[in-house]
Amino acid sequence: MKPIISISNLTKSYASGLQALKQINLDIYKGEIFALLGPNGAGKTTLISIVCGIVTPSEGCVTADGHDILSDYRPARAKIGLVPQELTTDAFETVWATVNFSRGLFGRAPNPAHIEKILRDLSLWDKRKDRIMTLSGGMKRRVMIAKALAHEPDILFLDEPTAGVDVELRRDMWNLVRELRESGVTIILTTHYIDEAEEMADRIGVISHGELIVVEEKTKLMKKLGKKQLTLHLQDPIPAIPTELSDWRLELKAEGTELEYCFDANADSTGIPSLLKRMSDLGIGFKDLNTSQSSLEDIFVSLVSDRQTRPQGARR
Amino acid sequence: MKAASSFPAFNRFGVWALYRFEMARFARTLWQSLVTPVITTSLYFVVFGAAIGSRMSEVDGVPYGTFIVPGLIMLSLFTESISNASFGIYFPKWTGTIYEILSAPMSSFEIVLAYVGAAATKSIILGMVILATATLFVTVHVQHPLWMLAFLVLTATTFSLFGFIIGVWANGFEQLQIIPMLIVTPLTFLGGAFYSIDMLPGVWRTISLFNPMVYLISGFRWSFYGSSDVGVEISLIMTLGFFLICLAVVWWIFRTGYRLKN
Repeated sequence: MKPIISISNLTKSYASGLQALKQINLDIYKGEIFALLGPNGAGKTTLISIVCGIVTPSEGCVTADGHDILSDYRPARAKIGLVPQELTTDAFETVWATVNFSRGLFGRAPNPAHIEKILRDLSLWDKRKDRIMTLSGGMKRRVMIAKALAHEPDILFLDEPTAGVDVELRRDMWNLVRELRESGVTIILTTHYIDEAEEMADRIGVISHGELIVVEEKTKLMKKLGKKQLTLHLQDPIPAIPTELSDWRLELKAEGTELEYCFDANADSTGIPSLLKRMSDLGIGFKDLNTSQSSLEDIFVSLVSDRQTRPQGARR
Repeated sequence: MKAASSFPAFNRFGVWALYRFEMARFARTLWQSLVTPVITTSLYFVVFGAAIGSRMSEVDGVPYGTFIVPGLIMLSLFTESISNASFGIYFPKWTGTIYEILSAPMSSFEIVLAYVGAAATKSIILGMVILATATLFVTVHVQHPLWMLAFLVLTATTFSLFGFIIGVWANGFEQLQIIPMLIVTPLTFLGGAFYSIDMLPGVWRTISLFNPMVYLISGFRWSFYGSSDVGVEISLIMTLGFFLICLAVVWWIFRTGYRLKN
C-alpha cells in the first residue's frame, strides 16, 4: 500500500545545537489513526510542525499524498489540516467568520453548507455568531478543529487534542475522530494520555529524545511488549517462598498472603498448570486467583525509561 | 469529496480571505482608524492654517493653509501605512494564529500581497478622507490628479511593505512603535511637510536633501501645485527606490524564514 505520508531521514537541528529530531523514518497509510506517543520535549510537535510547513527541516524528505512538502508545498498543504496544541484563536472574530476564513486560506471556494455541517457536528452551530473570546476553552478547542476541517483535508493532525479538555468533550472528540476516519480521513494524533492512544489508535509510534523508538500496530505492540500477571490469594500466609517454587521466580506480597507470577501469554507453555500442581503438592492452598495484563502505559514507561538509562546510540 | 490533486497557480481564495480578514479588522476599529486622524488633521488646520497660517506669507504662490495639505496627507500616510501593516503581521505572530497562515498553501508573494494590499487600501482611504476634510478648511486644487493618485498608491504600498518588515522584526509592542516614532515622524516633520526646504538656510537645506521624506513629500506636493523642492523625476526615482529596497528585504525574510519560521 502506498503511504499517504512518507517521512525519510528527517532531521531537525536548531542553531542552539539542540537536535530535536534524529533521522526519523515513518510511513503513514491512508485511513489509519496513528498515535505519536512521547514525553514532553520528545519532538512530537516538531515533527508535526515540519510536515505542516511551520518549521523548516534540516535534512530529509517528507511527502504528503506524493507531493514533496517543500518543492510542491501547495498541493501537499491543501491536503493537510492541523489542530495545534495551543488554543490560538482570533479573539475578535466570530466563529462563522473564522471557519470560513480558514477554508479560503487553504484555497477552497466558499461552501456555506459544508461549514454549517462542520459547525453542527461540533455543536458550534448555535455559537456561530459569537465572538471567539466569549467562548469557553472547550468551545475554543472545537473552533480550532472546525477551522482545520474547513477545507476538507484528507490528512488531519491533532496535536494533543484532549489536553485540558473535560471528560465529555474528550468523548465527543474521540467519536468525531472515528467518524472522520470512517469518511476516509487519515488521522495523526499526538498525546501523552496513553489511554487515548490505547482507545483510538490503529498504530502507535513512540518518540523519545527525537528518535522514533518503536512503530507498531497497537494490538501487536501490546501483545509483544505486554506482560501478563497471575496473582494467587493464599488461604494461609507463608513466611517465605519455598525453594521448590524457585523455578517460577515468584514474588511474595501483601504480608505473605499473595503470590505474584509474571508470565508470557504468547509462550508455548505459560508454566501455570505446573505451578498450581506443585503448590497443591506442597499443600499451599489458595482461595482466589486473577490475571491482569500490562497496559500501554506500562509498556510506554518501560520503553522510554529503558531508553533513558541506556547509553546513547544503543539499540534494542 | 476529494480535492483536485493539482493546485491553482494563484491562491485567489486565500489572498481574498486574508485581505478581507485584515479589512474586517479595519472596519471593527473604524473609529480609531478614521476618526482620530480626521480630528488630528482638523487640529493641524486650526493651528497651522487659521491661527498661524494667517500671519504667514504664501509659499511658492500658494496660501500657507493650502500648502500644508499634501504634507499632512503624507504624514498620515507614512504613519498609518506602517502601523496598519506592522500590526497586521505582528498580531498573529504574537497570538500564535500565524501557524495557520504558515501552514496554508499560500506563497510568500500571496501573503505579502494580502497584508500589504489591505494596509495600503486602508491608508489610501485615509488619505482621501484627509483630503476631503482639508477641503472643508481650505480650497485645494489638484493639478495632476493621476500623478497624485500614483504617488498616493506608491507611497502607501511602500510604507505598508516597510511596516510589514517592522512587524516581522518586532519582538514586542514597543518595538512596533520605535521606528515610526523615532525615525519616520521626525524625518517627516523635517522633510518639508509644513514648509518648503527652500525656506531653510543653506546648510540645513543641504542636510535636508539626505532626508528621503523630502523627495516623497515634494513629489506629492508637485502633483497638487506644480511646484516642488526637488525635481519630480528624482522624487519618483527615490520613491521607487525605497519601494524596491523594501521589496528586497521582504523577499529575504521569506527566503530565510527570518522571525517567522524556525
